[in-house]
Amino acid sequence: MAKPRDDRAWGLVLPVLLLVAFSALIPMMTVVNYSVQDSFGNNQFFWNGTGWFRELLDPSTDLGGRFFDALWRTLLFSGLCLLIEIPLGIAVSLTLPRRGWGVAASLVLLALPLLIPWNVVGTIWQVFARRDIGLLGAAVNGLGIEYNYAQDPLAAWITVVAMDVWHWTSLVVLLCYAGLRAIPDAYYQAAKVDGAGAWAVFRAIQLPKLQRVLTIAVLLRFMDSFMIYTEPFVVTGGGPGNATTFLSIDLVKLALGQFDLGKAAAMSIVYNLIILTVCWVFFATTTRGQSEAVQGAGQEAGR
Amino acid sequence: MARIAFDRLAHAYPGGAGHALKPMDMVWEDAGAYALLGPSGCGKTTLLNIVSGLIRPSAGRVLFNGADVTALPTERRNVAQVFQFPVVYDTMTVRENLAFPLRNRGMPAAPARARVEHVAGLLGLARDLDRRARNLGADEKQKISLGRGLVRDDVAAILFDEPLTVIDPHLKWELRSRLKELHRQVPVTMIYVTHDQTEALTFADRVVVMSEGEVVQVGTPEALFDRPAHRFVGHFIGSPGMNFLSCALLGAEAILPGGARIALPRAYPALGGRLELGIRPEFASLGAEGLPVAVQRIEDLGRRRIARLDLAGQPFAASLPEGMPVPAEPRLRLDPARLHVYADGRLVEGEG
Repeated sequence: MAKPRDDRAWGLVLPVLLLVAFSALIPMMTVVNYSVQDSFGNNQFFWNGTGWFRELLDPSTDLGGRFFDALWRTLLFSGLCLLIEIPLGIAVSLTLPRRGWGVAASLVLLALPLLIPWNVVGTIWQVFARRDIGLLGAAVNGLGIEYNYAQDPLAAWITVVAMDVWHWTSLVVLLCYAGLRAIPDAYYQAAKVDGAGAWAVFRAIQLPKLQRVLTIAVLLRFMDSFMIYTEPFVVTGGGPGNATTFLSIDLVKLALGQFDLGKAAAMSIVYNLIILTVCWVFFATTTRGQSEAVQGAGQEAGR
Repeated sequence: MARIAFDRLAHAYPGGAGHALKPMDMVWEDAGAYALLGPSGCGKTTLLNIVSGLIRPSAGRVLFNGADVTALPTERRNVAQVFQFPVVYDTMTVRENLAFPLRNRGMPAAPARARVEHVAGLLGLARDLDRRARNLGADEKQKISLGRGLVRDDVAAILFDEPLTVIDPHLKWELRSRLKELHRQVPVTMIYVTHDQTEALTFADRVVVMSEGEVVQVGTPEALFDRPAHRFVGHFIGSPGMNFLSCALLGAEAILPGGARIALPRAYPALGGRLELGIRPEFASLGAEGLPVAVQRIEDLGRRRIARLDLAGQPFAASLPEGMPVPAEPRLRLDPARLHVYADGRLVEGEG
């Protein structure tokens, strides 16, 4: 039977198209427009073609040098956050109670950091880690360990990573907890019958069943940490020196500090493409096994 | 291999009203095929989980070969269980799934491999050994669950908790006969929980019929059909179920409310309680002589026809012999040897 065709249906998508145009498409194209021009005072613009992009992607230039430095820092930061938050989140979710009053209590406690606005998180840690009056900073220095995030790059890194772990591990925990709760009891009972210990249960049941939520957790945590701006900006302002100047902080310096709109536009486009590419590659590789399963089921049905 | 016995076993769920399982004594012989049959909520799954150790009974003991295992956890009881929904370990191959219980018990690789291949052969999974378990159909997944029980040669009993629920109808039959076949080859105690009488009657040597936490009858499929010990068994087994007519008794005669008298094969003592006469539709037929009845409708079940009747105000189902039209003045003939008397729902033995 032929499907009825009515082109007036396109009219129904129009509101969405308009909304997306104003919220995403037009601002995006403005950025693209800036990225191929050089700007001077008095709103004067000159055509620069792909000049900014070539400069940006060449580490030997001034612009390229600072871009790649910030990129490696941001990648390191994201990597550290994922390496700590994902295993820690899984571990914590495994220890949470499965029934009783403890469920609600621990979920509320865990959700608290997620409810705090970014700049407040930054302020909390900025004070918390201060060596003179901060509880953490003063205590660590009191133990005889030299710790000053305002002067020592390593201390600054430890502070911003610890802050991100404090802020976002809960998200991983909550996602994993939801994933664990969705596993039917029969799996645990079967594992008991099969004589599996805690580690075997984790490897054979829990981890595979968490694969989907972990994919989401890794994607969310990668994107968020790769785009992080407010918290480290409040705590370290990108310093000491440029030690914690991540891509986003560098971008703001370039665009708003130096008002180099052309360079900043080129940088934000490349920044955006990196996030898109990494997420796409990650998603494609982790879900490949699952689509194989779907095809397998299809063959099963076809036999 | 084990003989399983229950000693004053009972269970009440914490917070639940009353007993989920009323006190019982029972023995299941080694290498027997038993079915626990009953409607949802009758306690059959509770009883199964008590055997496997997933539930600890609130009273009484469970004995395997005379040894008290009530306090033993599941993994030390050496039982295997196949669940309602197929449980396979997704990321493993079929081979790894089957080897999992052996690996957990520290069996060396070479003998484990041989066991796995032997069991895969029994189950018809040999060709799928190196496929990923999650890519298989529900029936094959259930075979894997069963296989994880069979690989352990010391397994005391294999428990099935409504294992065919999610299997396609045409595969149900195949899997059921393979199970029966398997039980002949591997003499291990098998306990099969189901609410489907066909599954229970075809699988089991002995069927344990349960209702509201109580075992109402244990018997061979024939016994359940021929001599239901309880009104519930008569109703639950057979389609349609057994007919029950309220009646009064006078020696070897039953008197129906309308005044009709039916001769019984044996005499009965004076009985108290609510008395009923029970007979299966298979042994009651419509014909030209017997008790006058009114026909309400005829159900054609394909292989046979069932007449729904009104017998002096009580509903009744009888067979309509093949090729026979509905008589103008229908009368009901009962096979006297198949008549049973029930007092308050329980079968009463007659005198001689």
